[in-house]
Amino acid sequence: MSDPIALHIVVCAGIVPDPLQTLEPVSGPTGPGLKNEMVLPAVLDPWAGCALYEAARLAASVAGSKVWLVSLGPKAKLQQVMMTVGQKAAFELVPIDGPIGGFTDAHATAAALAEAIAALPGLDRERLLLFGGWESATRGAGVTLQLVGERLGIADQFQGVDQIAVREDGSFEVLERVEGGKHQVSVCAGAPAVLGWATGNLAEPRNNPQTGMQNMRSMMPALQKAKAVKLEANGLRYVSASLPKQQRETRVEKNMAPDAIACELVEWMAAE
Amino acid sequence: MSTMETILVLTHVDDSGAALTKASLETVTAGVELSQRMGATLAIGILGRDAQAAASAVAAAGARLLAVEGEAFVQARYASDAAGCEALCRAAGASIVLAPGSARLVRVAAGVAHRLGGFIDTHITAIAGAGSIEVTRWFYRQRVEAVISRDARPWFLLLDAGTHAAYAGEPAAAQVEAVAVALPPLRTVVEGFRSPMLDAQTIRPDARLLFVAGAGWTKKQPDGQTHVAKAGEEILAFLRLSGASLGSSKSLADQKAEGGDEQPVLPFLTHLNQIGQTGSTPRHAKGLSTCCHGEEPHAVGWRFIGERRAISLDANCGWTRGKADVVYVADAFEVMARVNALLEARTA
Repeated sequence: MSDPIALHIVVCAGIVPDPLQTLEPVSGPTGPGLKNEMVLPAVLDPWAGCALYEAARLAASVAGSKVWLVSLGPKAKLQQVMMTVGQKAAFELVPIDGPIGGFTDAHATAAALAEAIAALPGLDRERLLLFGGWESATRGAGVTLQLVGERLGIADQFQGVDQIAVREDGSFEVLERVEGGKHQVSVCAGAPAVLGWATGNLAEPRNNPQTGMQNMRSMMPALQKAKAVKLEANGLRYVSASLPKQQRETRVEKNMAPDAIACELVEWMAAE
Repeated sequence: MSTMETILVLTHVDDSGAALTKASLETVTAGVELSQRMGATLAIGILGRDAQAAASAVAAAGARLLAVEGEAFVQARYASDAAGCEALCRAAGASIVLAPGSARLVRVAAGVAHRLGGFIDTHITAIAGAGSIEVTRWFYRQRVEAVISRDARPWFLLLDAGTHAAYAGEPAAAQVEAVAVALPPLRTVVEGFRSPMLDAQTIRPDARLLFVAGAGWTKKQPDGQTHVAKAGEEILAFLRLSGASLGSSKSLADQKAEGGDEQPVLPFLTHLNQIGQTGSTPRHAKGLSTCCHGEEPHAVGWRFIGERRAISLDANCGWTRGKADVVYVADAFEVMARVNALLEARTA
């Protein structure tokens, strides 16, 4: 029998182009995309990655808890990324075979994620903590998790989360980022709740081959059975998508003395 | 096809409970401009403890004023705020909803859009178009800029701060319609705010200058030693004397102090300071970057800074070339010590 406050943590995490890659938008038949998108190296979305590591830590600290990772992307890309991610935290992968990229509609993505979560065998919705990044590194809208939460009927939501502390009675304290470099401190009576994570406080875990082997047993069959989805545009129309063109004429001062630089900077700072 | 739009500007009060936030007033400006351009009906919805008092600041906008107020709306909490915003949107019968991209409304706007069968786009930096509405936003963490449009309604648009001037009409007595809200059971209590910094508050969104510290501050200096404590002193002194806001590169924010604990290498620095791809993209009139390096993906934190200068030992650094107006090839320790001395003298 599981602990009375055992948590069922579902992490929504997409895959994104490696941030160090050069990105170039191109027009396609269904709207914009990225040039060579399918061959760009991909990684787990950084903020969603923070959510996954926090979920794994939390699940390890509350007996009987379990983590699912729900990820929408092309099956082959998901497999590639999960080979690495699977070594960092214990979870059950729930892959959804769908398009990659930031130009899809968040509402359609949320509908696909919510449907997959609602159908998870063994998920107790009363124990559900829905985790994810507060924004993705692709669309960066910060709305998908909120929409999934609404579709699942969850009325306690937190965004920009950096910390959760679960208490013995199942209630928890949450720190959310707000303006001015501060955190808003809230106490929620308990699951179910949505937490969109910022960076949190954990470093990226080291690869653990044992965890990887354990995850891999369920991961490969899940990938083979991944349900394919088509995302609707919901009336979203792209007029243009382009790289910013602004290039500044940089004045390079190689031989100024520190005193002269300091004087110039102080004058510049004071100027309106 | 062009149908008459009804625009609702969703706003909320600030910490005083009785005045609108600056970001709210900026959104009012956007709403007034858009309604005039489209010949649309304009309403302003106010959420907060004392919405009636806050309404006087926007009375001159000539909009229908709606308010959801009371003790339940003192706290920025999903369940109550979503119910309040939903009630305002339904009362206004809005087809377009503009809202500030503040922490409070970012938390709830998508949920409200879903409840109304609508759609939402966020981080809007410009609104254009005459017959139809076309909005600009960034993708891939400020690396691709796109113009989008939607036919579906209601359409929620969350505006980034600093993209419009704050509305500054003459305060006047306002006729405000109170909107009733059926609150769901509230399971969350907001207990207050906590600043993660132990001493000075280093994030100042309203500062004219953003000071960006890079990982070079913690590297070995010409004497072969690191001088992290000295770096911290110089940076904090500069922030105190200049009133600048502190931004950090990811590589510096990620660094931990020696000893293996989780203490950042510079104790006043947290991930909240981080700018760039996985941090914030703040808006300031001027920016001064020190000891930063990196190529285009890392330099997105600069995107919305007006005038930019940098101090770097690498004249060809991708962070600065083509991105900064001026780069000083110099030792930041030496330069900032002299800058601080000059500022100290001016203060005295």
